[in-house]
Amino acid sequence: MHELSVTESILTIAKRHAEENNALRVTDIHIVIGDLSSIIDDSVQFYWDIISDKSICAGAKLHFQRVPAQAKCLDCENQYSLQERLSPCPTCGSARIKIIKGEEFYLDSIEIER
Amino acid sequence: MTVQRIPIIEKIMDANDQIAANNQKKLDDAGIFAINLMASPGAGKTSLILQTIRALAPDLKIGVIEGDTAPVTIDADKVLAEGMPAVQINTGGECHLDAMMISNALDQLPLDSIDLLIVENVGNLICPAAFKLGTHTNVLIASVPEGDDKPYKYTNIYRGLEVLVVNKIDLLPYIPFNMDYFRQGVELLNPGLVTFPISCSSGEGVTAWITWLQGRVKQQKSRGK
Repeated sequence: MHELSVTESILTIAKRHAEENNALRVTDIHIVIGDLSSIIDDSVQFYWDIISDKSICAGAKLHFQRVPAQAKCLDCENQYSLQERLSPCPTCGSARIKIIKGEEFYLDSIEIER
Repeated sequence: MTVQRIPIIEKIMDANDQIAANNQKKLDDAGIFAINLMASPGAGKTSLILQTIRALAPDLKIGVIEGDTAPVTIDADKVLAEGMPAVQINTGGECHLDAMMISNALDQLPLDSIDLLIVENVGNLICPAAFKLGTHTNVLIASVPEGDDKPYKYTNIYRGLEVLVVNKIDLLPYIPFNMDYFRQGVELLNPGLVTFPISCSSGEGVTAWITWLQGRVKQQKSRGK
């Protein structure tokens, strides 16, 4: 739902780095999104096409690398992946768990022409 | 012409997070304890704010920032009627408050005379969880009529909390709400989360919430000013 503000941030960061590197054009943008970060790729792409228009990033292809969610049990230290829903530790049954992967949300890199 | 890959690794929320850090510094310098109050629409955010003001005034001065998606001042008017300073933010359809909106609102509040700042976020269980505001703590109100499965469905908002308020417990006899199932979901997301079951309409349980708040305001005072 908040993809517009998020997409604006992506554009701001990409433009800044493109200018610092004297780019003529940005061709590709690589974004890392954890599965728990509640960001929808299609929605970002939709806003991207509109707001990047006429900028140095116009026409750049967005690549989304999804990171699956992973939890660590605070009692037995077992690490396991969280699929469809939140679940207690499959080894010892403890509900004391910590999310260790899946909340990532960062701009990894851009590809530029210069 | 050459093609080159430029490594960046920059958090996409970084710009917001930096403004949030500035907001927190401003609050710390003024010795204000600030909470980000989140909930779905109708869970009782404004009711809890009014209860809190009535319980803490006149000992504490409470400032309120009200976030709404529509250009209305219904909530801010209620706070002003209690004699406390309030700023209404109209997000213009946006589903959450962000750090910049709070920064602008802080400029309109008499920070020197405020002890506690309550930010009432837009009624929504998804987007507010993603935007830091610079407040010191996140508080969520879950209410009984929403159902006991919400922690399982809106995981992100539960993970970043310091306090959970379960409102409308006076309705428990009339609504199928399995408190054990609800609490198990919360426990998976946020082990040992401080939880206050309350009823804003009967006043049950409100004292425990107020006592917790008083403690945190006092703590912040001794750190600031």
